[in-house]
Amino acid sequence: MTDAPVLLSLQNITKRFGPLIANNAISLDLHRGEILALLGENGAGKTTLMNILFGHYVQDEGDVCVLGDDGALATLPPGSPGAALKAGIGMVHQHFALAENLTGLANIRLGTEPLLSFGRESAARAKVRKIITESGLDVDLDRRVADLTVGEKQRIEILKALYRDAKVLILDEPTAVLTPQEAEGLFVVLRRLAENGLGVIFISHKLGEVLSVSHRILVLRAGTKAGELVTAQADRRAIADLMVGKTVAEVVRVPAAPGKILLEFDNVSLQSGGRQALSRVNLQLRAGEVVGLAGVSGNGQSGIAALISGLAVPNSGAMRLYGQDVTRASPRDLVNAGVARMPEDRQHDGVVGTMSVADNIAIEDVRSPAFSKMGLLDRKAMRERATAAIAGYDVRCPGPDAEARLLSGGNVQKLILARVLERDPRVILANQPTRGLDVGAQAEVHRRILAARDRGAAVLVISEDLDELFALADRFLVAHAGEVSDAGPSDGLDRGTIGLMMAGQARPPVGIAS
Amino acid sequence: MDVIFDILGSANFWAAAIRIATPLIFGVLGALICERAGVLNLGIEGIFVAGAMAGWLAVYLGAGLWGGVLVSALAGALFGLLHAFLTVILGLSQHVSGIGITLLATSVSYFTYRTALPDVTSPPRIAAFQPLNIPGLSDLPFFGPALFQQTPLTFLALVFVALVALVLYRTPLGLAIRAVGDNPASVEAQGLSVVGLRIGAVVVGSALMALGGAFLTMSAFDAFFFGMVNGRGWICIALVVFASWQPGKALLGALLFGAFDAFQIRLQAQIGQVVPGQVFLMLPYLLSIVALILVARRADYPRALLQPWTKGQRH
Repeated sequence: MTDAPVLLSLQNITKRFGPLIANNAISLDLHRGEILALLGENGAGKTTLMNILFGHYVQDEGDVCVLGDDGALATLPPGSPGAALKAGIGMVHQHFALAENLTGLANIRLGTEPLLSFGRESAARAKVRKIITESGLDVDLDRRVADLTVGEKQRIEILKALYRDAKVLILDEPTAVLTPQEAEGLFVVLRRLAENGLGVIFISHKLGEVLSVSHRILVLRAGTKAGELVTAQADRRAIADLMVGKTVAEVVRVPAAPGKILLEFDNVSLQSGGRQALSRVNLQLRAGEVVGLAGVSGNGQSGIAALISGLAVPNSGAMRLYGQDVTRASPRDLVNAGVARMPEDRQHDGVVGTMSVADNIAIEDVRSPAFSKMGLLDRKAMRERATAAIAGYDVRCPGPDAEARLLSGGNVQKLILARVLERDPRVILANQPTRGLDVGAQAEVHRRILAARDRGAAVLVISEDLDELFALADRFLVAHAGEVSDAGPSDGLDRGTIGLMMAGQARPPVGIAS
Repeated sequence: MDVIFDILGSANFWAAAIRIATPLIFGVLGALICERAGVLNLGIEGIFVAGAMAGWLAVYLGAGLWGGVLVSALAGALFGLLHAFLTVILGLSQHVSGIGITLLATSVSYFTYRTALPDVTSPPRIAAFQPLNIPGLSDLPFFGPALFQQTPLTFLALVFVALVALVLYRTPLGLAIRAVGDNPASVEAQGLSVVGLRIGAVVVGSALMALGGAFLTMSAFDAFFFGMVNGRGWICIALVVFASWQPGKALLGALLFGAFDAFQIRLQAQIGQVVPGQVFLMLPYLLSIVALILVARRADYPRALLQPWTKGQRH
């Protein structure tokens, strides 16, 4: 593989954001026909590096060199996506760079024709058709991007790059939004493209998929290159340690002892934004049990979270808490009755950024006598509670008076955990509880959730990360197109079954279907 | 009922509807171009005033009528450039900048008028555009006077409707403008300049808005008065939403508004003794609010409208 010519070479790239060194003197070579995986935790600097390569960011030091038509490596001018495109670098962003009001074909053509002309739509269509035939990236070119599925949007993004005769294709966390089957389809396409001579950089924090698709792995940790190895000779455990920098003990889940039903949905349907978000959903959360809700995002998970949080009222059906009807209960009623909520967008919905850590920890409790003195807030008590929470939950912050917006994602999540778990909740909604957290914080959140379960709480974990669900859940539910099906106990379940159910292609295993 | 049919049956009513719609067509097209690129331009009301004053003054000082139109467009483009600098390059609030442009452009126009003509008591007149006589068409019974006896600026406005639609839907430039108002990242990722496209759209859009003002002083009337724009710019901002950011529907919306206005003037003349005149003056605005309620709830705003774009920022 390394005999093939070098297509792309990054030399000593350094990038700082204020005091943070996002990339520290990173070098890499990419060869023709090679799939290179860029592996690292969230915040390791992968996306920053690729944004420099593509000209979205300007590096503080170092050069990006690309193989030119004359067979020599030429340095790219920094900060120019136009130059990167011209040099044959194509990038598929994690958040798609697509105009949703245009068709797929229009997005592919965008910027490739002289602005003041009538364009060459039919020639463009013919060329895209040819690429589709060669690569297997089938997609309807004439539908508005807004009406495409996430997987189809991704195919449009790849076609955009190939249409410009890319020599190098960069994919930033491409599988984050795909079902396991869609991801496998993507890998097939990538292998075929590499065989045809394309160089591929595949950014991921998922070890399993990196091992299955790449030829070579470059591991980033905290902005520096932690290691570089050939995939065929790589050892899973060693790579994991390279990524994290230390060995993290895995959280062990002991079998659950489910008690009685604490929270129940009875044929709940919900419309939101003019669409049917949930249709006739039944679910039961039992004391001492973690239920995992799997699904590609946008299949009804946010509806379920909104209902349990009291932020939405179902259009039909009933929600019962401890056997009592709470279909129309307010968020405050639910919180007071012992429902703990960890919202999906924790920075936005979980804390008030401009308020202090102490205020944010007390925010669900401001009416309780513990925090009031003669009808006024007892600041001292709030600060004491916060100080205890900061110590007990390892919230890294300057102190109880620091503004919550200054905390990192992991520390915001620990703050939220401290707020909701200290009230000894009986029902816990954990929506994407560890998204974007590093391995250490992740293990801490998992440990806390399982401890709450063992104290007898009923927990619903909503996650797009199947690894997380298999680590936590005693029982699986799968959401697809607003319907929720029961996949049964997690023991004995395999990913393939869940994946098919996420894609809406399979019925639950026989005998469990209700 | 007879009164209504009498009004709708007169060629004079239709001619008036088109005449009243003309400045709105310019304004709504201008606003549409800006917003399609993701920039709300609330400077429109002031740009109308500036366009009206600048074009008229140029003609008054000796320029030809078409020279006046050009000066008017340039005045609009200049204020558009200022708005673009504040909102696209500096990324300031589009609302605040737009209102500021309106106040500034209005004041500068009045100031210039007063300074240039310190001693006049009644507004001086110019020789304004006259209705075109199109051989064959203008002489048709009913349709001739109803549709084909307009001044050149009205026909120019209609040409611009077609031109804007053509550019927006049939050229790579239009593709890029529509994309930059939906998701600037898509444009940047394809190697085009987000800032360049947006500045261009705001400048061209503002020049079109100014032509709406030019029509008032050089076609509809032959002089410049204080307060003559009278909210027409704001109506255009509402009409863009009504038109779902489409040039064809923008024309329709402007014509509808023109028709309501022409209708209320005539109705006032007929039954004005019974109902106070202010009720009639309210009518077009009331109807545009009703139309907005019906349409705007489903409005498909350009997704990136109001959002500044900063290159290299973490998105």
